This record gives sequence, C-alpha cells and structure tokens, in this order.
Amino acid sequence: MLETATTVRELSFGDAIKEAIAQEMRRDPRVVLMGEDVAEAGTTFKVLTGLVDEFGKDRIIDTPISEAGFSGIGVGAAMAGMRPIVDIMFGDFATIIMDQMVNQAAKIHYMSGGKWKVPMVFRLTMGATRRSAAQHSQSLHAWPSHIPGLKVIVPSTPYDAKGLFKAAVRDDNPCVIFEHKISYRKVKGPVPEDDYVIPLGVADVKREGKDITIIATSSMVQTALAGAKLCEAVGIDVEVVDPRTMWPLDEKTLIESVKKTSRCIVMDEGYGRYGVAAELGQVVAEGAFYYLDAPVTRLCAMHVPIPFSPKLEDTTVPSEQDVVRVAQELCTRT
Amino acid sequence: MHMYRQMVSIRLFEERVNDLYTRALMPGLAHLYIGEEAIACGICEALRKDDFITSTHRGHGHCLAKGASPDRMFAELLGKEAGYCKGKGGSMHIADPDTGNLGANAIVGGSAGIATGAAYAAKYLKTGQVAVCFFGEGALGQGLLYEELNLAQLWKLPVIFCCENNGYNEYTHFSESTAGDVAARAAAFGMRHETVDGQNVRQVYRVGSELITRAREGDGPAFLQCITYRYHGHHVGDIARTYYRPKTEEQEWVTQRDPITLHGEWMMENKIATREQLDEVQADLIKTMDAAMEWAINAPYPDPSRVTEDVYA
Repeated sequence: MLETATTVRELSFGDAIKEAIAQEMRRDPRVVLMGEDVAEAGTTFKVLTGLVDEFGKDRIIDTPISEAGFSGIGVGAAMAGMRPIVDIMFGDFATIIMDQMVNQAAKIHYMSGGKWKVPMVFRLTMGATRRSAAQHSQSLHAWPSHIPGLKVIVPSTPYDAKGLFKAAVRDDNPCVIFEHKISYRKVKGPVPEDDYVIPLGVADVKREGKDITIIATSSMVQTALAGAKLCEAVGIDVEVVDPRTMWPLDEKTLIESVKKTSRCIVMDEGYGRYGVAAELGQVVAEGAFYYLDAPVTRLCAMHVPIPFSPKLEDTTVPSEQDVVRVAQELCTRT
Repeated sequence: MHMYRQMVSIRLFEERVNDLYTRALMPGLAHLYIGEEAIACGICEALRKDDFITSTHRGHGHCLAKGASPDRMFAELLGKEAGYCKGKGGSMHIADPDTGNLGANAIVGGSAGIATGAAYAAKYLKTGQVAVCFFGEGALGQGLLYEELNLAQLWKLPVIFCCENNGYNEYTHFSESTAGDVAARAAAFGMRHETVDGQNVRQVYRVGSELITRAREGDGPAFLQCITYRYHGHHVGDIARTYYRPKTEEQEWVTQRDPITLHGEWMMENKIATREQLDEVQADLIKTMDAAMEWAINAPYPDPSRVTEDVYA
C-alpha cells in the first residue's frame, strides 16, 4: 500500500496564515500582498516576517497609510488579471475601506452582468483584550457578511486558517478574512505542510456532544471548547460547531446539530445586537424550531465601545465561565 | 473625421436618451454628456482597444467613445436582457471587458482606485496597457482621489487622471466647493499635469496622446484637466436650472463653444470635409441611432428569475 508522507507540524495561527500566503504566492505569480508595513516589518503583528525575503518588495508591497487607496488598487488589479491580497492592519479600519469593499468589489460582478470578476482577498483582524481600546479592538465581521457579493471567513484554528486562506486566494470573488489577533501566537495546532484547501461554506464540528450545541466563531471556538470541558464537571455534554465562513454559510450542519442536542448557544466576539450571532441564531430558530427545548441564546461582546482598562475590557468578552453558566441555565429548563 | 463621427454619435445617442426619458420609456434617470463629447473622443482616439477606462455617472460618452455599441447601450439603459450588463447595471454602471471599459461608477471619485489598480496590474504584468480615469471636478472633493494620485505617482503607474471640469458639482458652481487651484493638486504630488480646452477635440487628442504615450513608456501618470460645459442639467430631470446658472451662460457655450460645430468648421476650413460630407455623416448616424433605439425598445426584459444570477462568480 502506498503511503503519502504528510508532514504535520504544530504551528501557530499566525504561522499557518503565513504559510498559506507563501504557498499561494509560489503557486501563482499573480498573487501579491499589499498593505502598511508588510514587507521588512512583516506587519505590526509580525505575522508575515520573512516573506519579503523570498518574494521581494514587488510582491510584498509596503503602501502609504491609505487603506481606501490601496484597497481600490486591489479591486482594479483584480479586475485586470491579478489576485491581490489587501492587508488591513486592524479590522476597525473596515470603516475606511467600506466604499471600495462594499460599493465596488462586492457589486462589480453583478453590476456588469457577470462580466468582470474581482478575485481578491481583504485581510482584516479582529478581537479584543490587547488593551488597544475602542478603535483597535472591534470584531466587525458582521458588516461584510451583510453584503451580497462578498464571502466572509472567520477561521478559529491554524489548520482551518491555512486551508481557508488558500481557498480565498483561489476564489474568483472578493473574500474578506478576519484573523483573530490574540490567536496569532496563542492558538497553536497541527498543520500539514502540504497544499490543502478547505472549501468555503463547510462548517466543522470541533467537539461532539449530545446536550447542547454551541455555534462559535473565531476566538469563541477556543472559549467554547474550554467551556465545554468545564461543563463536563456539571454533567453537560457540549457539542461545538464552527461555521468557519459567515458566507457562504453551512446552515445544514448547524441545524442538524441543534436538532440532535435541542439546545443552542451562539458565541461570537462581535456585537450581538444585529450581529453575526443574531443571524446564526435565526438560522437555527427557523431550521430546528420544533426540536428546541430552550430559547436560542447569544453570548457576544457587550454592547459598548471596547474600553481600555483591563478590568473593564475583560468583562466585555464572553468567557468559559459564561459558557457554563448559560449552558446550565438552558439545560435545567424543562 | 473619426473623432467627428464619434462626437456626433454621442450627441445623437444622448438626445435620444433624453427623448426616452421624456416619453417615460426609460426607468430611472440619466446624466447626459452633451457638450463634453470632445473629451471622451479625443482621449479614446489616443487609446488602444485593450487600454482601460473607468467612467462616471455621466458615462455614456466614455463608453461609446471606447467602442461600445449603441444598441446594447440603449438596451442597458432600458433595463433589457440584451444590455451590456443584462439590465443589472443601467445607465450608471455600463461595463464592457471587450473594450477595456472597467465600468462606469455611481460613486463620485469611486473609480479612481480601480483605474489606478488596473494601471498597477498593467505595469506588474508588463502588458503595456494604460488606464484612463475619467472623473468630474466634483470628485476633487473626494479624499480617495488624492490617495490614488499619491500612489500612482509614487509607483509610477500608467494611469491618466482626466478631470472633466464642467463647472458644476451637480447644482453648485465648483468655485463654491473647491479651494485653490485644480492643477496645483497634481503638482503637489510631483505629477505631470496639463489643462486643455475640453471643447477642442484636437487639443484634447494631442495632449492626451502625449500623456498616454508617456505613461505607456513607463514615465508615470499624468493629470489632465479639460475645461468643458454640461449643456443639460445634472440629470435629465434637472430642467429648471436658473437658480444655479444663468441661461445666458448656457447659450454662450452652446452657440460659441460647441465641440462638434467647432471641429466641423475646422475640418471645412482645412478642406478635410465639406458641409455636405458632414451632413451626410450626421444623417447616416441618425439612421443608426434610431435603429439602435428601436431595437432596444423592442428587446425583451430579463426574466425575473435572473435576479439571483451573477451575485457570485
């Protein structure tokens, strides 16, 4: 029997993304990455360190501090035959690139009757608790998820990050990937060295359980898994489902899980109000209504601008203790 | 003669658009290019078919001058399946890869990035293409434009920023919205800049050609201001305009500065064409335009089931 030798290493979330970008750039010379301090500096988070040595400054391109300006260049370059990755240092700067992302990139294929394509990736970050206050800490992935024409990716593990990022680069549509800043170094996991792609729109069951489903995104997958461990002690068997992409959305896997467990918490580091969790919760409410034994419940960032003081900031993000508390509440209902 | 034909084509096309609007045959609105024809024609005459343009809400002239066919243009304006965008874009979003038209844009200044990005790709992929970004002087109020001027000059991209200064930001004279000197904006970035009479198609062509050739040869971007005038209102429904500009001003441009009349007279003076030949061109194009319009009026609308197509590639 032939065995394929696959080297699997333990990589950090950030290194997995770097590997995805490097592999895609080796595979396709039309792929370039542009953003602020991406070359020698390797981004402010040092996620891309070393890429400029391999690919040069023509492909790892330092830009002026003009997020809208170079996002627009990404859109035009994509239309004219390239596959640019546009690096937006902080997801909070989504506000600055909105026109290029929402009115231009997302709509050009449709407005042109399907003639022009915009194969590009917007890299954004998300996540609080870096003590960076209200303009560098938000999780705004709900915004592009609202817009037809965009695909939105929120990876939670190094394995997923690599496979999903590569899928985004190869996709013919504008894809927006939200990378969790704290996860860059903190989250580590097995990543094959090989070239592999995870299709967009396929959820992943991160942990099987029978009593309650937690649908969790990005950083909240780790929190949900930690919470699930704590739940074992109180006799609650938690299933954790990661949709991995906000759109396309694997509604079936979410609904099937909740049909099995009959209870559901949706966890997301974005705001709950009018947010991703509201949409995911509604998908479950519509799809599994007759199977539910308790209301679908959200655990999200508090509805406040992210505060600076650690004492304040830490209270805004859901914790594993919150998971246990809410899971117990829902599981004791009859 | 080709530029003359192109200008007359645009004039006749736009007159029919106005007619379709007043006969309530056209959904929505349209922004007419009448009076500004020399700019699109002069510039596009200097471009290759595979060169890129981005256009504006006032974009029919650019699309036609770059080679779009009037029947499918009319069809798009009427929301028909046979239109350039299958009826999904309409007047403000005509796009056509076959003629390098990256699309008209309804966000003022919104296409500055797209044009600069296409120029970036042309340079990176070494295709020798040039991109022209058409925009009105209203876009001088948008921050994105200045980011793109900076990036284009910094990276020496083959892009021409063509500012069609028709004097009015919608219903407001540009002097009320624009501080300082227009060309000085480009100069501040160290960018080559020129200002031309936008009613003189030969001048637009001559200066445009030089800037385009220069960009193609790797000498970087340029900013070209064309002084022009919009004969009609901001859009077809903008009829009563005396509150923002006097009729005498409009009449002066129409009677003394008309780009088609001026170019026709020049051709006759220089024995390039006779009055009869020019009349013949006009008569011939009237037939073409009428036929194109009729064809579009009779073309079918898209089936409602098509609404979900083309959201994703």
